[in-house]
This record gives sequence, structure tokens and C-alpha cells, in this order.
Amino acid sequence: MEKQHWPLWEIFIRSRQGLSHRHVGSLHAADAEMAIENARDVYTRRQEGVSIWAVPASEITASSPDEKDVLFDPADDKVYRHPTFYDLPDEVKNM
Amino acid sequence: MNARYEYLLRLGDDALILGQQLGLWTGHGPVLEEDIALTNIGLDQIGQARAWLTMAGRAEEQGRDEDALAFHRTPAEFRNAQLCERPNGHFGDTIVRQFLFDAYAVQLHAALAHSKDADIAAIARKSAKESAYHLRHSSAWMVRLGDGTPESNDKVQASLNVLLPFAGDLFHADAVTDTATSEGWGVNPASLRPAWEATLAETLEAAQLQRPAPAPEQTGGRQGRHTEKLSYLLAEMQVLPRTYPDAKW
Amino acid sequence: MEMDLLQRFEAYVASEKKIEPKDWMPDAYRKTLIRQISQHAHSEIVGMLPEGNWISRAPSLKRKAILMAKVQDEAGHGLYLYSACETLGVQRDDTIADLHSGKAKYSSIFNYPTLTWADIGAVGWLVDGAAIMNQVPLCKCSYGPYARAMVRVCKEESFHQRQGFQIMMNLAQGTAEQKAMAQDALNRWWWPSIMMFGPPDDNSPNSAQSMAWNIKRFSNDELRQKFIDLTVPQAELIGLTIPDPQLKWNEETGHYEHGPIDWKEFKQVIAGHGPCNKERLDARRKAWDEGAWVREAAAAHADKRAAQKANTAAA
Repeated sequence: MEKQHWPLWEIFIRSRQGLSHRHVGSLHAADAEMAIENARDVYTRRQEGVSIWAVPASEITASSPDEKDVLFDPADDKVYRHPTFYDLPDEVKNM
Repeated sequence: MNARYEYLLRLGDDALILGQQLGLWTGHGPVLEEDIALTNIGLDQIGQARAWLTMAGRAEEQGRDEDALAFHRTPAEFRNAQLCERPNGHFGDTIVRQFLFDAYAVQLHAALAHSKDADIAAIARKSAKESAYHLRHSSAWMVRLGDGTPESNDKVQASLNVLLPFAGDLFHADAVTDTATSEGWGVNPASLRPAWEATLAETLEAAQLQRPAPAPEQTGGRQGRHTEKLSYLLAEMQVLPRTYPDAKW
Repeated sequence: MEMDLLQRFEAYVASEKKIEPKDWMPDAYRKTLIRQISQHAHSEIVGMLPEGNWISRAPSLKRKAILMAKVQDEAGHGLYLYSACETLGVQRDDTIADLHSGKAKYSSIFNYPTLTWADIGAVGWLVDGAAIMNQVPLCKCSYGPYARAMVRVCKEESFHQRQGFQIMMNLAQGTAEQKAMAQDALNRWWWPSIMMFGPPDDNSPNSAQSMAWNIKRFSNDELRQKFIDLTVPQAELIGLTIPDPQLKWNEETGHYEHGPIDWKEFKQVIAGHGPCNKERLDARRKAWDEGAWVREAAAAHADKRAAQKANTAAA
């Protein structure tokens, strides 16, 4: 049996300038430099990226699915945050 | 002697033989991610080989294309450095072979990017980005293996001791390279050595590896004198076009 | 309570919604996914071997580059799938250990040998073709990470089948020897390829539950029929003959009818008695065992670096 597992890294790729980095998947690497190189080879073989973030999976703090209601339902009734909530006179063309 | 043809063959054959060998790692790497990485480097080498050999075929003016040159020459007609035909061995052997070559290729491509021949300069500029990445990969692995465990240090030190003398071909200057240099389209390989030595020294230090005591260098690849391995390698690589000379694939 | 959760889960999945890694899921759903995704990943990795076999002997530099890129993609696909599997709480290395011990299965198609260059064409055309047929519906699978991995895989896979078909087409239009090579490869790969869709529907133990959970969307026989209907005209187009004397077009149903499939052979190969079962597993084990010192070295070096960094920070 293996003495040590290589840690898991989550990979985020910016597909072109002007866009945010987006999560694309994960991979294993012994160190950060290797994580970047592996991400380049695994996730950008078809010109999918111009920038890579590699984050140790163990460093990510995630909200729990059990808290979904508590965290996200309170936003449901704040309809006034959305522009469509406001009726404008027809004369106002762009706002 | 057609110096241009000879010179381009050297560039193409180095890349071809390395690409051929790296392809053997596909499916057999030490970890999935590294399998993918070695194949990527192999693909770059095959791509470079195709570009250089196509150009060599044009320089020869006998109507031979990349495949005619790759599949229908004998070992003695190959001009690759002996270093490139050293067997894959274990992962450390492959990494050391690649590192010694990459550290040279980075210098070579940088210099050739200023070639007076626009076509050579264009291929060199494209290859320069690839070889810079290859060196980054192979030197990082030199350090990981050298500075890893006592076992890995022993292994990679042994690989280095065996392979270093084979770097001789890379810097071999002769009438071909003299012509290339004086006409301004090629590089004097001997001039690449100091920068190569500097990369070597820097990486070996970071990797906790010792430079082996100077040993007589193995040369001859540029004149078609090769190790035993090349004939086997070519026999395998060339089997289909040689068996079915009339076939197109 | 548990019953309530299960009912809610099944209703949720039935409404085409996705399950994500940390959501509650029935144990059996998790186990089914781990089994299926890891088998799928193993298939990609073992599948590299029969084709990788011909990289060193590809007949032109262009073909060599294409084949390397293709086999490399399979490694990528294996990696995406192992990653998806890890979101279910299993370690990749443990999954791989199950492959090496023989506990985990992989697609038995890869236990057949690639004997000539035409096999590379046949594998791309038929085996990847059948795989795509199986995989496209998985892009809509109820488990998010698996579905996303499959979207990536399917996008990349389409060039694989085309390059295989192109090899076959060139051979079929080439010299007499090349054409014979192509026909021989089709003869050997046809039946194993249509067995890739699994046992017939009346004898497929895991299918019903997987369909209910939206892991599986079409039955084995449905997909097999679709594959045959698509592939037969392709073979005709390039002048090759499907090795099934009973194959005939049925005007009424709008489908091809095929001769009986030798399920005895299928079971034998699955049970480990195919032509290359031992070679394939031995090759995977060898690569893994010989890579152990490399993986350990990289981990040890990373530890040293981390310790140095911590020391510098502390000082």
C-alpha cells in the first residue's frame, strides 16, 4: 500500500480574458507547481484556458446542503432587489 | 554535401526519436496525471519532428516528405544525438534524458529564432515555447526525484551518471554547423554549452545531485554512428511502411 | 424518517433535478454510482493499452500524433471519472487498488487484442462508437459530477470515432492487403462491440433500479439496436461486410435484425478468460508498482518544502 496519497486539488480555469475562473474538476498532485502543470495538461489540451487556479481541496470551506433552506430561502421574498419588480411608465425607454 | 539538409535532419531526428520513445509511456506512467504530461511532451516532439523533416525534405530536393524520411532511412542515415536514443528505462532515466535535452533545446530554439531563414526562425519560435515548458517539467521532476527519498536520489543520480556523457553530440560542431553558422541560418552548437552548463549546475544543486566526474563523451550520432538501440527502435517504428511500401495510410 | 427521505429523494430525482456530492442520498444509490463510475474510469485506463500498443508502430507521423492524442484523451477521461468518483467519498488510490486486485471490473472489450493497424481503426469506429452511444445519455445522469464529467468526455470522444472511421475508410480504399486487413479487423471487433451494450434486457440485473434513479436512460437492447442501425450503412459505404449472415433490414420496424449473440463468450471474457485479461491487468499493475518510488519521492519532496516554508514563517 502507498505510504502517502498525493492530495486532491480543485482546478479553476479562466477560458479567456474578461471571464471569471470557473471550476472545471479536480486532480491529484504532490505540490502546487505540479498541480498547475497537471491542470494545464488535463484541462487545457484543447485551448480551453488562459489562466489556472489550483486550490487544495482540503482548504475549501463549503456550506452544508442541510443549511440550504436557512441560507438561501430568505432571499426568496426580496423581490424588490430585481429590476423587474418596478413598473415604469412606457415613456421611459431605457433604465 | 548539402549542409542545410544535414542540419535540418539533426533537428528533426532528435525530436522524432524522443517523441517515439515518449509515446511508449502512454498508458504506463507512474500516475495518471504524469502519463498525460509525458504524452503531451511527446506530441510536441512529434510536431517539431514533422516540421523539421518536412523542411529537410525540401532542402534535399529529392521529393521526400516527412514520412519518407522518418520511415525509409536506415539507422546509419539517422542524425539524432545518441542521447535521444537512450532507452526509456525507469521514469528517472526518462526524466534525466529529457532534462539534459530540454536544457539544450531551450538554448537552441532561442538562438534559432534569430535565424536569417524565416522558415527556420518561425519553427524555432513555436518550438521555443514548447521546450521552455518541457524544461520546466523535467527540471521540476529532477528536483522532486533528487530531493525526494534516498531511493529516488540514488536512482536519479545513477541515471545522470550514465546519461551525462551522451550529451556530447548535442554540442558537436563540424563542417555542417560551420556552414550553418557562417551563412547565418543555423547555430554553432558549441556556443550553447555555457548556458546549458549553467542550467545543469543550478538544477543539480536544487536537486541535491552531484555532477558525475568528467568522463569521455559519447559522440557520433551526427555522423550516423549510433548505439545498438536505434536499430530496434527504427525496426518497430518503420514496420508498416516498410512491409507495405505501396500503401497509403 | 429514513423512508421519508427516500421518498423525497426519488421524487426529486424523478423531476430531473441533480444530486450534488454532499446531498443526502440512499446508500444503494451511492454504491451503484461508485461501482459504475469507477468501472467506467478503469475502462478508460485499461482501454489505453490495446491502442497504445500501436503508437510506436503508427504508419505515418500524422497518424502517430493523432493516436497519441487520442490515447492521451482516454487518460484524461479516466481522470475526470476518478475525480467524479472521489466526490462520493472514495480515494482514487483505493479504487485503483480494487482494479489491480481484480475486485473491480472494467469493460471486457479491452481484453481483446489489437493485432493489426486496422484494429486501431476498428476500435475507434466501433468501440468508441458504442461507447459514445452508451455515454451520451449519461450526460443527463442524476448525479451532477458524473453528468458533468460525461459532458466533457462526450465532447472529446467525437473525434475518436471519426479518426477510427477514417483509418478504416483509407484501408478499405487502399491496396488489396489493406482492405483485407480492414475486413479482418471488422470481423473480429463486430461481435464484441455489440456485446458492449451489456446483456439483453430480460437478463440485466441492475438496469431497473438505475433507470428509476435516472442513472441509466435507455435499455441495453435499445442502445444496441441504435448502434447497429447507425453502423451497418457506414460499413456498406466503405465496402466492408458486417460478419453476420443473418443481418437484414426490416422494412416494417425500420430496424436491422441481427443474428444471435454468443453470450457464453461474453461471460467467459468477463469472468477473466478473454484473450488478454491477464496482460491488461499485469500491465496496469506493473505501471503502478514501478511508479511507487516516483509517487513517494514527489510526496516526500512536497513535505520537505512545506516544512521549510513553515520554518521560514515561524522564524
